[in-house]
Amino acid sequence: MAENQITGAGITFENVGKAFPQKGGGTVNALENVSLTVEPGTITGIIGRSGAGKSTLLRMVNGLEQPTSGTVTVAGHDVGRAGAAELRRIRRDVGMIFQHFNLLSSRTVYENVALPLEIAGTPAREIKGRVDDLVARVGLEQLAKRYPAELSGGQKQRVGIARALATQPKVLLSDEATSALDPETTQTVLDLLADINRDLGLTILLITHEMAVVRDIASHVAVIDGGRIVEQGATYDIFTAPQHATTRSFLSGVTGVTLPRFIADQMSATRPTGPAREVIRITFVGENATDPLLARMSEELGLQVNILAGAIEEIGTRPFGNLLISVDATRADEARAYLQNHDQRTEVLGYVG
Amino acid sequence: MSANLINMLMEATWQTVYMVAVATVIGAVFGIPIGVFLACSQRGELLSAPLVNKVLGVIVNATRSVPFIILVVSIIPVTRFIAGTSIGTTAAIVPLTIAAIPFIGRLVENAIREVDSGLIEAARAMGATPMQIIRKVLIPEALPGITLGLTLAVVSLIGYSAMVGAVGGEGLGDLGIRYGYQRFMPSVMLAVVVILIVMVQLVQTAGEFLARRVDKRAPRNRGR
Ligand SMILES: Nc1ncnc2c1ncn2[C@@H]1O[C@H](COP(=O)(O)OP(=O)(O)OP(=O)(O)O)[C@@H](O)[C@H]1O
Ligand SMILES: [Mg+2]
Repeated sequence: MAENQITGAGITFENVGKAFPQKGGGTVNALENVSLTVEPGTITGIIGRSGAGKSTLLRMVNGLEQPTSGTVTVAGHDVGRAGAAELRRIRRDVGMIFQHFNLLSSRTVYENVALPLEIAGTPAREIKGRVDDLVARVGLEQLAKRYPAELSGGQKQRVGIARALATQPKVLLSDEATSALDPETTQTVLDLLADINRDLGLTILLITHEMAVVRDIASHVAVIDGGRIVEQGATYDIFTAPQHATTRSFLSGVTGVTLPRFIADQMSATRPTGPAREVIRITFVGENATDPLLARMSEELGLQVNILAGAIEEIGTRPFGNLLISVDATRADEARAYLQNHDQRTEVLGYVG
Repeated sequence: MSANLINMLMEATWQTVYMVAVATVIGAVFGIPIGVFLACSQRGELLSAPLVNKVLGVIVNATRSVPFIILVVSIIPVTRFIAGTSIGTTAAIVPLTIAAIPFIGRLVENAIREVDSGLIEAARAMGATPMQIIRKVLIPEALPGITLGLTLAVVSLIGYSAMVGAVGGEGLGDLGIRYGYQRFMPSVMLAVVVILIVMVQLVQTAGEFLARRVDKRAPRNRGR
């Protein structure tokens, strides 16, 4: 489909707010003062807890929800103020996939993928070629005549993706598209999205509550909490230097490193009297991620370092490592200073007696 | 049973089929759009028109709450205006149809409300107009339910059609009452009842068969 190269569109949110009227009067602020710029052609993840406002934010991009304040634009078009006809035109440039797939049970795979084209009034002879291409792109040629009830979750989401791409959109929205899938299927669907982003160049904005999804495919991430964006930036920076508590708690599950149980159980937040060891998390970034820095520190400071847990991961193609160590508490300041001088980030997790 | 009686039975059967068929077709022609409208016109819905929705809802309820036999006699002037007469098979079609329209309307409304709102959302996200959503999403997805609803309507109309005999209509019900009951010919009564049972069975079986044919959902999700 190289001949169908699409260029992604940018998305901007400027001071966007959304208040929902509540039953029995009053309003609930689902979003407050949200500003976010999504660069064309990137994959941006929005992560947050349930009820944080993720879906509300995403649904504003194709006008399923209108902002009560602020402006949302896609490819320069003001979505919130578009009239009905203009909104339908904008929506053809914005594909969407859903957690529960939302396929028509009365239509075959082929017919489901054809639906957006029928709606757009594409001539029948063009529809056939396009749908065949799309069905092949998502690897479902064999299943084109089947009904959704006969497909697995992963296959259904592939149909959803093919359908979302039918009108050659410039933006793809994904609302927890992998949340109903098992880990393995999730991986294949994410790979497909990454391929599409690379081959077609379209912008992907995806919601998730799993940091692993962000790590695997998003170049940028925005963390949303209580209707506000509390942190945003390049995925690598957010992973290696999270600033906000919400971000840290999302990260704790994915950065592969947890304390061994026997240490976690006897760890305290304050330094006990008497001899103790300080438990430190080191985040290795950049080239140093694979350096034998700890060995050198141990040698230069004459300090015994216990390694408790560790892992090296990649975001995009950049490695970063997480290491949990313990050192004599009386000399911990020295150790942390040494590491910081070598551009490593440290965080004190607690003490063991 | 004499040849004459058998002829009468056949004619009465035909009259019942005719009345029910015409009432169902006209009832569906008006009832389906009414049902679609009722299902989509509450506040914030696809064709948001809350006031019209309310008014139509009240009319539908009113029509449905009048016992059929009372509906038949109370609209005799209307029947006479439409059919030119208030007795006979053709005249009986008028009250049957008037009863069928709101009945089918409600059944269709229910079938359409069963459609997953996620599908409407997906279609909106594709840039579909409300009419496109109705034609390409709601009706096809509700088709199994609509088919079963129409089956139920036909069965009910077969029952109603037996009552129009009381006011000069014809058909199986009329025959059963005049011969089976008033002239005390139990064999006629029995024949009428058997024919009605067979008719209802056939309609029900055919309706369920059709509904299954158009239902592509997984068996466990099949609404009944
Ligand atoms: N149509 C609505 N009417 C009223 N309140 C709503 C509506 N939609 C969302 N809300 C409220 O807005 C807030 C944000 O909801 P939203 O669906 O955006 O959260 P979310 O981050 O997507 O959560 P989840 O992870 O559970 O999907 C919630 O408090 C929710 O109750
Ligand atoms: Mg959500």
